[in-house]
Amino acid sequence: MKREKVVGLEGSFAVAEAVRQANADVIAAYPITPQTHIVERLSEMVAEGELDAEFICVESEHSAMSACVGASAAGARVFTCTAGQGLELMHEVLYIPSSMRLPVVAVIANRALSAPLSVWCDHSDMMAVRDIGWIQMLAENNQQAFDLTLCAYRIAEDSEVLFPAMVHIDGFYLSHVIEDMSLPEDEEVAGFIPEYEYPFTLDPDNPVSMGCYGPPFIYPEAKKAQEVAFENTMSKIIKTWKAFGDRFGRYYAPVEKYRMEDAKIALLTMGSCSETAMLAIDELRAKGEDVGLIRLRLWRPFPFKEFREAVKDVEVLVVLDRCVSFGMGGPVCSEVKAALYDQQKKPHVVGFIGGLGGRDILIEGFEYMIRSALEKVKAIKRGEEIETEMIGIRE
Amino acid sequence: MGGGYALYTMTKKKEEADLFVPRVVTTDEIFVPGHRACIGCGEALAIRHVCKALGRNVIIVNATGCSEIIASLLPQTSWCVPWIHTLFENTASVMSGIEAAYKARVRKGKIADKNVKFVGFAGDGGTLDIGLQALSGAMERGHDFLYCCFDNEAYMNTGIQRSSSTPYGAWTTTAPDGKRSIGQATWKKNMPEIAVAHKIPYVATACPSYPFDLMDKVKRGLEIEGPAYVHIFSPCPTGWRSPPELTIELGRLAVESGVFPLYEVINGEYRLNFDFADLKPVREYMKPQRRFKHLTEDIIDKIQARVVEEYLRLREKAGVKK
Repeated sequence: MKREKVVGLEGSFAVAEAVRQANADVIAAYPITPQTHIVERLSEMVAEGELDAEFICVESEHSAMSACVGASAAGARVFTCTAGQGLELMHEVLYIPSSMRLPVVAVIANRALSAPLSVWCDHSDMMAVRDIGWIQMLAENNQQAFDLTLCAYRIAEDSEVLFPAMVHIDGFYLSHVIEDMSLPEDEEVAGFIPEYEYPFTLDPDNPVSMGCYGPPFIYPEAKKAQEVAFENTMSKIIKTWKAFGDRFGRYYAPVEKYRMEDAKIALLTMGSCSETAMLAIDELRAKGEDVGLIRLRLWRPFPFKEFREAVKDVEVLVVLDRCVSFGMGGPVCSEVKAALYDQQKKPHVVGFIGGLGGRDILIEGFEYMIRSALEKVKAIKRGEEIETEMIGIRE
Repeated sequence: MGGGYALYTMTKKKEEADLFVPRVVTTDEIFVPGHRACIGCGEALAIRHVCKALGRNVIIVNATGCSEIIASLLPQTSWCVPWIHTLFENTASVMSGIEAAYKARVRKGKIADKNVKFVGFAGDGGTLDIGLQALSGAMERGHDFLYCCFDNEAYMNTGIQRSSSTPYGAWTTTAPDGKRSIGQATWKKNMPEIAVAHKIPYVATACPSYPFDLMDKVKRGLEIEGPAYVHIFSPCPTGWRSPPELTIELGRLAVESGVFPLYEVINGEYRLNFDFADLKPVREYMKPQRRFKHLTEDIIDKIQARVVEEYLRLREKAGVKK
C-alpha cells in the first residue's frame, strides 16, 4: 500500500478531487442542490488550470447528459453530476449511453422528488433510474465517494464493459459533510485508471453511423446483446474493486456484511444511513442479540449471488427503503423478495420505509425496525398479512 | 412526343449536366442514394446539397425526424461521414459535447488537430419547438458549429402535425380546418430572427431551389468561427399535399412571393440575397398546395398583407432602398 495524505474534505470536494485525478476531458453539468458544491469545485479547478477539461455550463440536465453522450462518443472521458429533479429531467437521455455503450460517469447526490419540493435526501431519484442499464453503486462516507468515483471510471471504460456508471452519494449527508479521508498521489491514481481509448469514436478518418433506427427485426437482438453484456459487467466490477483494494488498501464488494457472524436477524440498508445502522447493530450485539447488517454497495447489476450467499443462514431480513413505490411498498424490499423467491431456504423479509425527504433515521429507528420486524414475523406465522410500515410518521 | 421525347430531353440534360456540374459542384456524394425519403422530398435534396458543401471532414449530429429515419434504418446507412443520432430535442447539446471533446483532446495532445467541423441537422419541430432550449444554450455558449434546420413546416415524420413553424391558415392533422377552425391559427415562428437575437456571427436562410446560394451559405457557416445557423426551406409534397414534381418550383415561388426570403445576417449585418421589387402574389405559391385549399379570399388577403409587411421590414434591415 502506498502512502496517502489524510485530509478533511467535504463529500462534494472528494468527488471533484476524484474527477481531477481521473483527468476528465469534458464536464457538462447544471447546478442543483445538493450537487452544487461538486460543480463549483470542478469549475474552480478548471479556472485555476488544476484540471485541463472543457467545462460546459449547459442550460439543463437534459443537455448535461446529452453533451456527455456527444463528448463520450467523440472519445472524451466525461463527467456529470446531478440530483433529484435533475436526474428525472435527464431520464430520457440516460437510456442513450447505456444502449449505445458510452462509458459516461455520473455522481448523483441523492435527493427526494417533488411535490412537495424537497432538496433533502432520499432514494426516490436513484430508484426511478434503476431499469435503464447504468451501473449503480452507493457510497456511505466521503472516502467511499472518492474511491468509488475513481473505480467507476475504470469499470465503465473497460473495453469489456463500456456501460455508463453512477455513483450515489446521499445528498447533504455526504455532499455537505466534512470528514477525514485519505487521498492518494496523482501518479498512483494515474496508474490505476488507464488512458481512455474508446474503440468507435466519431472520427472523419473512420466514419461510423451511431444511434441508427432499429426496426422490429433487429431491436430485440440489440436489447438481448445489451442485457448479456450488462450482466457480464459483474465480474469486471468485482475485479476492479479487488485491484483498487490491492493498490489502495480499501476493499469493496457488491454486498458488504457487518457483524453477520451467526446472525439470525439481518438488517439491509443502502447508502449513508448504513453507518448509523452499524451503531444500532453494535448496541444490539452488546445486548446479546444475533443481529448483523448487510449493505448493498452495488444496486445494478443486482448482485443476486452475493446477496443470496449473505442471507443464506438468516431467519429474518429487515429491509429499509428510502423511497416509496406507490401502491407496491418499497422497491428494494420488492427486489430482495424477488431475488429470494426461488430459493429453497430463505428468510422472512419485512420491509420498512423511512428517511424520506431528509428525515433522519436515528439508532433507535433501526432498533425499532428490528423489534417490530420480529413481531411482524410472528404475525406472518399466524397467517396474517403484513403491510410495509412507514416509520416515524407523526399521526 | 410523349415518352420518347421526355427520355431524349432527360438524356440530353443529363449529358449537359455531366459536362458542367462537376466544374462547380463536387461529384462526391456524402448522403448517398437508397434512402427512404418520399418522392419529391425537398429535405432529402437539401441534405444532399448541404453535404456536398460540407465535404467529408465533418461530424454530423442528427435529431430524430424524417432525415434520421429515412437514412439510418439498421443495418443500412446513407451517411458517408461520422454521424450520430440520439434523441429529438438535444441535437445542439450533443454537438456541444462533441465540439468540447474535440477541443479538449486536441489541447491535451490526444489527437491531432485536423480542423474537423461540427454540424447539426434537425427539422422545424426539433429546432423551433422541442429543441429550441438546447439550441439557444449552444448558441449562447458560443460553440464552434453549424446548425441546419430543415423546415418543412410541420411534424411530417409523425404524420403532418402542426409545429410552431407551420404557416398561418395551413391544414395539418392537428390543426385541421373545420367549422370552427381555419387550420393553423398562429403565425409562423421566426426562427432566424431568434438566432440573430443570440448575436451569433452567422445566420442565413436558404432553399434547395437555389442550390448554389444554399451551398455558399453552408460553406460560409462552416468556416466562420462560432455558432452558425442556416434555416433551409424544404418543401414537403406529402405534408403540403402538393405534386412531387413541383418541389423546386414551390421553393422558388416561396422566395419570389416573399413568403420565404433568402437573406444572411453576418455579424448583425443583414444582406438580402435575392430582392424582388415586385413580389409574386402569395396565391401563386399557395394554389398548388392542398393544405391551403380551404382558405377564403379574405384570409389569403390577410396573409398577403402580412408577407409584404414583413418583406418590407426585412428590406429595411438590409438597407435596400425602396
